[in-house]
Amino acid sequence: MTEQHTNIYNFGFIDEDSKREVRRQLLKAVALPGHQVPFASRDLPIGRGWGTGGLQITMAIIAASDTLKVIDQGDDESVNAVNLRRLLTRTTGVSTTVDTQAATIIQTRHRIPEEQMREDQILVLQVPMVDPLRWVEPNLERATVMHGEADYGRMWVYMYESVIKAGDIRIATQYPVIVAGRYMMDTTPIPRWDVLRLHNADHLSLFGAGREKRVYAVPPYTTVEPLEFEDFRFKTEYAEGQRCHRCGATNTFLTGHFVKSTGTDEPGHWVTSCSDASYCDKQMVAQGWTEAQE
Amino acid sequence: MGYIAARGGTQAILNAELLVEYMRLHAASDPIGIDQIRDQMRAAVGRAMNEGALYAPNLAALALKQSEGDSIDASFLLRAYRSTLQRVMPTIPARGVDIRCQRRISASFKDIPGGQMLGPSTDYQIRMLNTLLMHESTADVQRILAEYDALIAQHADTDERAGYFPKVVDYMRAEQMVPFVRDDEGAEPFDITRTALTFPCPRSARLQSLAQADTGCLLTYAYSSVRGYGDAHPTLAELRFGALAIAVTHPLTGEPVCIGEIVVTECEIVSKAHSVAHNQERPYFQLGYGFTFGHSEVKAMSMGILDSVLSQAKRNGLSGESGPAANEEFVLLHSDGIEASGFTAHYKLPHYVTFEADLKVLERAVDHVESDALNPHAAHATTAKERL
Repeated sequence: MTEQHTNIYNFGFIDEDSKREVRRQLLKAVALPGHQVPFASRDLPIGRGWGTGGLQITMAIIAASDTLKVIDQGDDESVNAVNLRRLLTRTTGVSTTVDTQAATIIQTRHRIPEEQMREDQILVLQVPMVDPLRWVEPNLERATVMHGEADYGRMWVYMYESVIKAGDIRIATQYPVIVAGRYMMDTTPIPRWDVLRLHNADHLSLFGAGREKRVYAVPPYTTVEPLEFEDFRFKTEYAEGQRCHRCGATNTFLTGHFVKSTGTDEPGHWVTSCSDASYCDKQMVAQGWTEAQE
Repeated sequence: MGYIAARGGTQAILNAELLVEYMRLHAASDPIGIDQIRDQMRAAVGRAMNEGALYAPNLAALALKQSEGDSIDASFLLRAYRSTLQRVMPTIPARGVDIRCQRRISASFKDIPGGQMLGPSTDYQIRMLNTLLMHESTADVQRILAEYDALIAQHADTDERAGYFPKVVDYMRAEQMVPFVRDDEGAEPFDITRTALTFPCPRSARLQSLAQADTGCLLTYAYSSVRGYGDAHPTLAELRFGALAIAVTHPLTGEPVCIGEIVVTECEIVSKAHSVAHNQERPYFQLGYGFTFGHSEVKAMSMGILDSVLSQAKRNGLSGESGPAANEEFVLLHSDGIEASGFTAHYKLPHYVTFEADLKVLERAVDHVESDALNPHAAHATTAKERL
């Protein structure tokens, strides 16, 4: 795409009526925390399932004065983050940042930034599946009735059976939570580590599912409680003694990667480091590191 | 760096775009003109417009050129472009009876009012490769056009009503074989681009959804319902292909104004009535309706069959008991080619975070099995990651 292509497009790509509709549904979503609100969901030049719900929220709320951060797997430089940021900056011209503290809007897939967000910041999460009841009730019409009646018994049975059969709640990501004591909500494929960080957060979290055509929200200072049993508590991935191989952080979500050995017969070994790459860099800089050293 | 494998994406993405351009042009053959695609690839253009849900032959041709002929990608380009356009107003409802037909057939009656008209059809063509086309010249094109013009001069029907036919389904209604549809004139149809599709959905939402669905998917679902996973018994009441004038209400005068013609395929399917015992209605054939942009007969018929199957199921308060094609949510939520291909392809994106979390669940599961003293595999206690 060259500059002359983008000139035919509206600020934020989608037309103003469609943006207004997204904002109206977001207001409803904020008023009913955790409740899924249908929205029409326009087609974007990005593949369905690649973040089109989050994108439409960002496009609908972004202003020229905003500072945008886009991450994927916690990383600003992941290919999809680069691509979504490229579309948003081309159609809005807003400035971007990798610094969680400097952003006004953060669009994310699969992570919540490690640094605590503030009241004046908005987190936009990309959502693949939407309904936490999908595992027990794939029919939307019946699932909608179940949400309306707060009829979550089958989900509790699902979790109970998981504990009985596997000795574990076998839900890695998309961990179901109860928001503001009322609606059961899919937390998106964030790790369990991030689930607790939605609870009574200072910032507004907006969730957008483009293909499934739903938005939902967790307003600031709203309770978010993971489903757990009195005698079988919710646990995160955190392991005693865990440490980022790179910056040394002991309180972050880590992902593993393989490091090739040089000059030995050993093929290499596994190490773990922060999945929030800009946080990890920030820690490194604080320790006197410069990129050239790596 | 070397810490996050798929990082540093910007340059890689730009290079990938250049490579795609290169692959399209690498053999240095003459570039294809948009007019050539639009005029000589009618089927592909029609399909891109259907699934892209935008009647725009030139843009569809451009999309096909850009996507190197990939039908889903071409329709994806059109759909995304459509999102940038303001919706001005709905058109005045167009009626199939007003199609100026180039083709019009019925499989339910041998003699239909107005008669059968085969028109441009490959139905009875022997499908052998025509090697003459390998070396088609401009002179060949002119010769064939001259032959056609000569035939037209000899046989042209000068009647201005030529090509207009009564509808077979109107005759069926008059004979009470199919019911009259509730008269919704004046009511604006549901628009899935403005309001999310929720269930239960009105029939207009179903029809709009099917009209922009992937052709191959509709074909598969419709086929499944007639082959063995359903009890559909469709008969083609009528299939027509031709030009349809589109009108809007003038915003100042309130008069209808024709804004142009679109080329369309339309069909009605009637299906054997059954399982009506539990209600007291008069038995009738279930009607299914199919409509597509361009010349897309298989899609129009698949849509018609599915509409009749879904109407029949709804009428009997069923949802999928007679087969997946009779489950409205299943059909409508999985048949959009752009959504289905987008989500399927998204598994190419990095999933490091979710996979790390999955790995933790796997490790806990392994621990659970190995802590079981009766388990013969317990001796080989390793974590999942160590095995990698």
